[in-house]
Amino acid sequence: MKVIKIDKAKWASGVSSLQGTYKIIGPAVDGDAHNFKELAKGEEPDFNFLNTKLSPKSIVFPQSEKMLEYSVDENKEDHHIMKEVKKDYSPRAVVGIRPCDAKAINLVKMNFDTDDYKDPYWLKLYEATTFVGLACDKPCDSCFCTSTGCGPYNEEGLDILLKEDGASYVAKALTEKGETLLGAAGFSDAGDEAAFEAGKKDAEAKITSSVQTDKLKDFSTLDLYNADFWEDLSFACLNCGTCTFACPTCWCFDIQDEVKGKDGVRVRNWDSCMFPLFTMHTTGHNPRGTKEHRVRQRFMHKLKYFVDKYEKGIMCVGCGRCVNQCPVNIDIRKVCDVMNNHVPEPVK
Amino acid sequence: MENPYLPYPVRIDDIEVATEDKSLKTFKFVFLNEGDEEKFAYQAGQFAELSIPGVGEIPIGIASSPVEKGFVKFTVFKSGVVTTHLHQMKVGDVMGLRGPLGNWYPWDTLEGKNILIIGGGFAFTTLRSSIVYMLDPANRSKFGNIDVVYGARTPGMLLYKDELVEWEKRDDINMHLTIDTEAPNWDYNVGFTPTITEQKAPQADADTYAIVCGPPIMIRFTLPVLENLGYKNDRIILSLENRMKCGIGMCGRCNIGKELVCKDGPVFTLEDINLTPKEY
Amino acid sequence: MEAYTEKIREISERLLKDGTVEAVIGYRKGSVENSNEPCIVRSSEKINDLVWDSNCRINLANYLTNRKDKVAIIAKGCDSRNINTQIIENKIKRDQLFIIGVPCSGMTKKEDSSDLQENCKVCHHKNPVVYDELVAAEVEETKVDRYEDVKKIEAMGVEEKWEFFKDLLEPCTRCYACKNACPLCYCPTCFVDESKPQWVGKGMDPIDVRTYHFLRAYHCAGRCTDCGACESACPQGINMRHFTKKLEKECFDQFAWEAGLNSEERPPLDTFKLDDPQTFIK
Repeated sequence: MKVIKIDKAKWASGVSSLQGTYKIIGPAVDGDAHNFKELAKGEEPDFNFLNTKLSPKSIVFPQSEKMLEYSVDENKEDHHIMKEVKKDYSPRAVVGIRPCDAKAINLVKMNFDTDDYKDPYWLKLYEATTFVGLACDKPCDSCFCTSTGCGPYNEEGLDILLKEDGASYVAKALTEKGETLLGAAGFSDAGDEAAFEAGKKDAEAKITSSVQTDKLKDFSTLDLYNADFWEDLSFACLNCGTCTFACPTCWCFDIQDEVKGKDGVRVRNWDSCMFPLFTMHTTGHNPRGTKEHRVRQRFMHKLKYFVDKYEKGIMCVGCGRCVNQCPVNIDIRKVCDVMNNHVPEPVK
Repeated sequence: MENPYLPYPVRIDDIEVATEDKSLKTFKFVFLNEGDEEKFAYQAGQFAELSIPGVGEIPIGIASSPVEKGFVKFTVFKSGVVTTHLHQMKVGDVMGLRGPLGNWYPWDTLEGKNILIIGGGFAFTTLRSSIVYMLDPANRSKFGNIDVVYGARTPGMLLYKDELVEWEKRDDINMHLTIDTEAPNWDYNVGFTPTITEQKAPQADADTYAIVCGPPIMIRFTLPVLENLGYKNDRIILSLENRMKCGIGMCGRCNIGKELVCKDGPVFTLEDINLTPKEY
Repeated sequence: MEAYTEKIREISERLLKDGTVEAVIGYRKGSVENSNEPCIVRSSEKINDLVWDSNCRINLANYLTNRKDKVAIIAKGCDSRNINTQIIENKIKRDQLFIIGVPCSGMTKKEDSSDLQENCKVCHHKNPVVYDELVAAEVEETKVDRYEDVKKIEAMGVEEKWEFFKDLLEPCTRCYACKNACPLCYCPTCFVDESKPQWVGKGMDPIDVRTYHFLRAYHCAGRCTDCGACESACPQGINMRHFTKKLEKECFDQFAWEAGLNSEERPPLDTFKLDDPQTFIK
């Protein structure tokens, strides 16, 4: 594992020199917050942020993405025959992704990359991307990553972990992809790994908020599902999609056909388990017809179904976006603790 | 990388009105490209996405049987946007077919067993597939007794009537057809499916499995009947339906607990279903 | 504010104890700064959950739609007007409600607790217009020009307007927090979810995003009380009140109408009168 020291004075030119080979995607000011976007030639990723308002999941999972295309013009020989949309899968690097968001992408990968099926759209974007993480020295009040199996210096899902260290950055190449990028940027001065150890300790100490998850796996699904706390936890919910769209680990999507003139595309759009239409049958029957059903589904999915299915912990990295952005202050930390501390009714 | 979202191009080869009220039609598709039929190798109980460019996709159980070659058949109820459009399409039209998807009736487990099939209304499609599969000369000896209880509102609402009549004549399958109320020229049972099941279905034993497919109301009243007949929950097999989009376990909407109806199902034992939230 | 909280708890406890209501809909203290969570209290053990401060932004009338039980609800001026609107539109019955009125001096912004929400700065109905009991004496109503911002946009040229609205809606993710926070948006199936026919695309095409916002605003015309729930709910900080307020102004100019001031009179776009102004027919 290579550790490289990058003088901040050489940082901008190094990143800029990558732009022949890579598209550079980085944090940038967007209204009153930061968000990830493709940076123009010479534009530096702006590291003066705590975390971005929207997660960078859209880099591998765009909110609206063309999948297939076709013509419905019967005069054309191949009318009504669907074809894959040609796309740009040239190399790109996301520079400045927080460790929580990188871990989230790793969790989501389990959904899109299975033994039975591979989602080519998600995977090709994922494979084209080099993930350059930025260690989190200034966590927000609502961060609880250290109790979700993640942390401000977590390396999962990253190709490089970057850390600010006074007048320089220290970069740890974690994969071959990461080494290639550092080489291409011309960064080669040896750095000291010790900077990470100290930084990690300090940063972790700053995270005071946490969730308890140890007992989630021991409950039966129906014990939690039928628990009496859901009305209270879900009362305020508006059933908007804010939490699901902000969440780096929410991956649900819808598939839609759109035709303009005779040219059609099949598109996938982010969807949300908060929306009634998500599960509505054609008959009008809705298996998750109430907001209580839908709120329960979201938290059960993240904190129970996922835990049981993959045995990799909860489907939450503790980024705190949903906590901060929920219009009615539904807080996953509270929900998680209520679930974890549930005392099932004794069997009669 | 194989693209599981890309449908095989198919042509509508035949359309048959399946019920007297014309709400169901059976569509026979042939594959446009050589080799696609082999790639679409399926088992009785699976489903596929019927994919109409410009309209959308709809998951439908496969009504043809793996032992029938050269085509695939689906019997489709006209209901939502895609099925309504499909009902207006003509022989010769080109569309897509994506699959086969989901699991199937557990044919390995069912080998050597007696099979009780209970179907109601238009949920008889994958059951037809299963019966044709079991009655195939190459397969019939693999199974013990086969009993079929199949009910519909009226004689004209029974699917695959010609085949039902043929099966009635055979001695290697016990047919128990029924309609809700008396009708002229009806020589079979009269009464709701659960009632006829109670009267005609074999008692349970360790070697008998029941496969149940039908509208929720039929299932609700049939399950207690099966319990009375001694069927254990792990001997009762059901096929579930939920709203689906991807059909491959990724889009996130069709789950019941951690099980995905599209990929881990649609076929579950009642024992498995009872461990999950009833969100179907 | 603490006196309000005390009074709210006192009234609520009395109502639950004497069986006047089955539950009280109010706010409880939030887990993050400048936030409260709407809640339902069913027993007196939970009475002390109820709080009142300047973070009670969400319009509680939103939680009344189609309720069957008898509840008490805490209502600011705007909430009370939306309760009237829900009564007019048969979403709840007046006799199902015990309205605990709260004279309101305005809610503050979540991101800056020293600054009042924009709608509160121009509020003309701080005091509840309908209530069963008030928690405190009425506050003085202020009269300011409610429509200064609308007039600014009206004065723009076509191009400038286009750019303004384009930029305004650019950050929208279609999470629908605005419509779901809105006490008027209770249609069983919102037009954005209709499939037969499908009125709008579901992706991020700007035309679809704008269609959603324009149509939603029009659907609220003459019903909107400018409670600001939509804006306060928006995680992207979009000021969609620019649309609803323009329509509110039109209703005021054309019909001298302010929504929800009583529970009898239907909104002007919901009725036809022979002497309706017809200046909009060009």
